[in-house]
Amino acid sequence: MKRIIPMWIAIIGGFAMMLSSFVPLAESAGEVFADIFNVVAAIAFVLGAGSLAKQHLEKLSRREAGWGYSVVTLGSFIVTLFIGMFKIGVHPNPNFPQAAYSGSNDAEGSAWSWIYEYMLTPLTSTMFALLAFFVASAAFRAFRAKNTEAILLLVTAFIMLLGRTFAGVVLTGWFPEWASGLRLENFSIYIMQVFNTAGNRAIMIGIALGVAATGLRILFGIDRSWLGGGEA
Amino acid sequence: MTRQGKTWLVIGAVFVTLLVVRGMIGQGLGRVYVKRTDVTVNMPDAVDMNTAAASSSTTTVAPTTSSNGKPLSWQEWKQVAPLAFAAAQKANPAQTEITLSWPRTIGLWLAAFFTLAIFSFLYADNSFYKIAESLVVGVSAAYWGVIGFWDTLVPKMFGALTPGLVKSMVQPSLVSPEPLQQISMALALILSVMMLWRLLPRGGWISAWPLAFIVGVTAGLKIVSHVESDLMAQTAVTMKPLVVRVTDASGATNMWDSWWASVANVLLVVGVICCLTYFFFSVQHKGVVGGAARVGIWYLMITFGAAFGFTVMGRIALLAARIEFLFDDWLWLIDPNHLRGL
Repeated sequence: MKRIIPMWIAIIGGFAMMLSSFVPLAESAGEVFADIFNVVAAIAFVLGAGSLAKQHLEKLSRREAGWGYSVVTLGSFIVTLFIGMFKIGVHPNPNFPQAAYSGSNDAEGSAWSWIYEYMLTPLTSTMFALLAFFVASAAFRAFRAKNTEAILLLVTAFIMLLGRTFAGVVLTGWFPEWASGLRLENFSIYIMQVFNTAGNRAIMIGIALGVAATGLRILFGIDRSWLGGGEA
Repeated sequence: MTRQGKTWLVIGAVFVTLLVVRGMIGQGLGRVYVKRTDVTVNMPDAVDMNTAAASSSTTTVAPTTSSNGKPLSWQEWKQVAPLAFAAAQKANPAQTEITLSWPRTIGLWLAAFFTLAIFSFLYADNSFYKIAESLVVGVSAAYWGVIGFWDTLVPKMFGALTPGLVKSMVQPSLVSPEPLQQISMALALILSVMMLWRLLPRGGWISAWPLAFIVGVTAGLKIVSHVESDLMAQTAVTMKPLVVRVTDASGATNMWDSWWASVANVLLVVGVICCLTYFFFSVQHKGVVGGAARVGIWYLMITFGAAFGFTVMGRIALLAARIEFLFDDWLWLIDPNHLRGL
């Protein structure tokens, strides 16, 4: 029972979604299932948050190494959650002043927008900016023009980097008009429109076939590994 | 003290000294100014509220203009450029409309601190970086939780199950839910509670039901969307003419452009076929198939090279934005947007 019922829930939900795309009568059923899906997916965040809190509280109670950072994580989590849930510093929407929570969390001057602007944005964007150094460092160490494939990858990366910056114009801007297609800024566009499009298109077709095959295996009950328990 | 500790101390001391010096030169360091705006709205009286509640089942409530209701007022603060503050001070030194915002100025300095804390990882792993990292986890988790609550749970689930509460507190324009919607949201609530069961020590298997629902619906959704938008659409747009005739305004054939357009289409079609051949493992990659697969690899390498180049560029653009933030918004060393009249 622990495996059969979930399997049938997946089958019914999946086929209802598929049918809603093909049978007009089932369209509303698809919308209903999509709504339920959105709500359950939103609740999954609560589960994730609960799991995060549980893990850090355990670390804290055991006084594991680095427990102080768990305090920071939990503290920032609780404060942000409180501010966001209760819309601290948010005024009601002028159209609906009688509804205390009608204002948007994103309104300028709210505590939520303060967190977004001065904490979340600098933290996340700097994290990603940091990757610039690591990508460059990893590329320097790993990229070696050992064979045709590696040379193609390296040369294309350089053309894209040069062609999309002013360096490309400086380097190849002097090419005569009849050879303008070889100017790095134009050549990079050509690569994007032809070679990159072809490669990406094949990847997308491959992914679509893979998703369809995997999805059908789940919906027909052939693949049950997602239920856990070791039995495929 | 360890060698690394000494290095951090020296870096910190040099940095603080430079900051103090910078603070005493010219316009000083980053500050945020805000302009006050007074907002007054009339609270609708009981009759208006009943009318609004009744009409909200079908239409959006118009802005309240009742003069009978109690006025409600508050102040809003919009960020302005330091130049605006300077101009306002020059016109009237006693003005209070544009003022320094301490919360936002502190926020600006915190943002600068977080930026530097994360960049400090380039030298070595350290406590400042770990604090910033922990903050990212905590704030991000709560951020997405709150977004899910206000954008999905409140309008969809609470709006369907407790419409009166949502109308009175959050969204007076809420459309009254249909019975089917209420039943589906009740089902969603049951599934949600079952999902949260996983946090309890016993009965974890109960959470498999909502998980099954998510897996099934995702599979059903993704099969259709991927087949439609990726498989069918991408195959359709690859069906291109291999010989293209490009004409100019007078209707004459432009041989040069026609040649290049035809070559582009041939390269595109051949590329897609060769890449797909490479992905096809049911036939051994030998002979013609092997040759096509090899060409497919070349195309894929070019694609990965382009993707790599774009990734690096995207990250460098972010890096440039962070450095601009430090030098412009915080240190006030540059003024690309002419906000301070440098």
